[in-house]
Amino acid sequence: MKRTHIKGRAVSLRGNDIDTDRIIPARYLRCVVFDGLGGHAFKDDREQLRAKGRTHPFDHPDFAQAEILLVNKNFGCGSSREHAPQSIARWGKGIKAIAGESFAEIFFGNCVALGIPCVTVSEAGIDELMTANEADPAREFALDLETMTLTCQPSADAAERAKPLAIKVSLPAGPRQQFIRGRWDSAAELLDAKNEVAAAAAKLPYFSNWR
Amino acid sequence: MGKSLYEKVFERHTVRRLPSGQYQLLMGLQLIHEVTSPQAFSMLRERGWKVMFPGRNFATVDHIIPTDNQARPYADAIANEMLVTLERNCAEFGINYFGVAEGEQGVVHIIGPEKGLTQPGMTMCCGDSHTATHGAFGALAFGIGTSQVRDVLATQTLAMGKLKVRRIEVNGRLRPGVYAKDVILHIIQKLGVKGGVGYAYDYAGDVIERMSMEERMTVCNMSIEGGARCGYVNPDSVTYNYIKGREYAPPPGAWASAIKYWESVKSDPDASYDDIVKFDGNEIEPIVTWGITPGQSLSINGVIPAAEQFPASERSNIEEAYEYMSFAPGQPIKGINIDVAFIGSCTNGRISDFEEVVKHISGRGFKVSPHVTALIVPGSMAVKEEMIRRGYDKIFREAGFEFREAGCSLCLAMNPDKLKGRQISASSSNRNFKGRQGSPAGRTLLMSPVMVAAAAIAGQVADARELFGIKEN
Repeated sequence: MKRTHIKGRAVSLRGNDIDTDRIIPARYLRCVVFDGLGGHAFKDDREQLRAKGRTHPFDHPDFAQAEILLVNKNFGCGSSREHAPQSIARWGKGIKAIAGESFAEIFFGNCVALGIPCVTVSEAGIDELMTANEADPAREFALDLETMTLTCQPSADAAERAKPLAIKVSLPAGPRQQFIRGRWDSAAELLDAKNEVAAAAAKLPYFSNWR
Repeated sequence: MGKSLYEKVFERHTVRRLPSGQYQLLMGLQLIHEVTSPQAFSMLRERGWKVMFPGRNFATVDHIIPTDNQARPYADAIANEMLVTLERNCAEFGINYFGVAEGEQGVVHIIGPEKGLTQPGMTMCCGDSHTATHGAFGALAFGIGTSQVRDVLATQTLAMGKLKVRRIEVNGRLRPGVYAKDVILHIIQKLGVKGGVGYAYDYAGDVIERMSMEERMTVCNMSIEGGARCGYVNPDSVTYNYIKGREYAPPPGAWASAIKYWESVKSDPDASYDDIVKFDGNEIEPIVTWGITPGQSLSINGVIPAAEQFPASERSNIEEAYEYMSFAPGQPIKGINIDVAFIGSCTNGRISDFEEVVKHISGRGFKVSPHVTALIVPGSMAVKEEMIRRGYDKIFREAGFEFREAGCSLCLAMNPDKLKGRQISASSSNRNFKGRQGSPAGRTLLMSPVMVAAAAIAGQVADARELFGIKEN
């Protein structure tokens, strides 16, 4: 299945270095399936804000329909737990793409495996997108991996006051090709080369325990 | 122009270029634990796939195992289900399992090296970001997610792009009371928690070369905290001497060819790097983190920095850290009361970590402060056995520490070891993220094992050099 065009409302999560322990606290990793993780996304952050009388964007009814997540720098740093993107992908309607200033690499790779593109946007660009999203949560966003742009149209209510935005995004060529070709589920592609794998293994002196 | 170890090992393990432009990279060894593998095995089963090279996969249980009472079934039914699932998966797919009953269990990154499985010039992976630890041997070791664990089970390969390589030289000499943990915390403080994104770290320089294997593991372990995908030290005689004679080490008949291979993958003297950074080891002080990322740290005699000292884009994170930790700029880190002390984890749970602490507390009448709960958690059953053989269990117990069974324990608190409420922990682990040690409001101060011991005894963050009388040479 190709993942070239992704459309939907957005939710903005401001802050740098948001780690995977915050995305999904470790106690929710006590499981043998990924089902049900959606409700635990950002669990502690959400509860702590609620206790202070504030609302986490993931709890705000205005953003409950979101399918595109906007973040700042080094999102998803820390633990390699795939439970983090799995929980985001299962929250609400399911997050289908993430745009941010930068991503931690293991998180990025886990998202690729789940078919979730993490595209990079400049600091000014992400700020424009977040501001637009926060001012008018009903705006529709559209990510296009062919033209490498993230656009957003004002909602019908706000059309007169707000301008449409079109922001350039980037994504490394490899993952971009995987999404465009619909080959982001890597296992099948890797399995195509079983004979080459066996040949490469046979050439490594240590692979059979030096025997 | 020569090549770095990264380039050489990457080339030797490249199966082919994929249509996406990435590389299909053979993994010489995969380590498996109970948290990130159950869904991977389920996916294999759903697709009807087998494990391609079961003999190159090794599993153990570490994250969820209790460190007080390991009798089965575990009190936590879900934890018990995870253990049983792992055992069943290993049996079904023919994977080597290091269990408690066999006396071989431990933190996955401790037992790989301990068994001699981790070797130079290998590619390795594990569904755990601290896989970087194994880079200490001159292996390329990657933390991966569960879908990738599935890929490696099915094909022993991963789809990967190439990283840039940053040479990090630490030269000079560490002062007494300054440890490998301080070196890596210093590097992260200076280069930042995102400084390594896109890089493999090639650690070098006199300080690194003089380090033992276990110290090198501490440094490489926290490469991920600096944002680097992996980190490594070029292999040398220290590496070879460590491996020799271990269970999975090359047998005597193959030793010479092993050395030949290992020497061949070392970074060439004229290798080019995408970046080179140098640090002076003499300038490194004992370091303590004060905030909610491993980069938010300061030397033991420092004060919590003002937000204005940071770039504008970082200030909201700094403010968030003050609020979460309830610390104020200008406040000295020394003297902050602690509730819990933890020595263990894949960062600092090896025999030499405990040996160094024992050296300072043994026979001196030090006692853990009455208001502190202090845990000594060996990184593996083998480490625990060796500690008992040396009498460390008695020394720690007499000083008021709890001497526990092997496991990940309080590092990530997926087991009964957890902070409560807003407790502050002095911890030899690797992450001080919000909620990391099991309480959503719990606070973590990262430091070296000797500094944790000093904090446990003083009841507050202390300069171990003063408490233990560690003098300049």
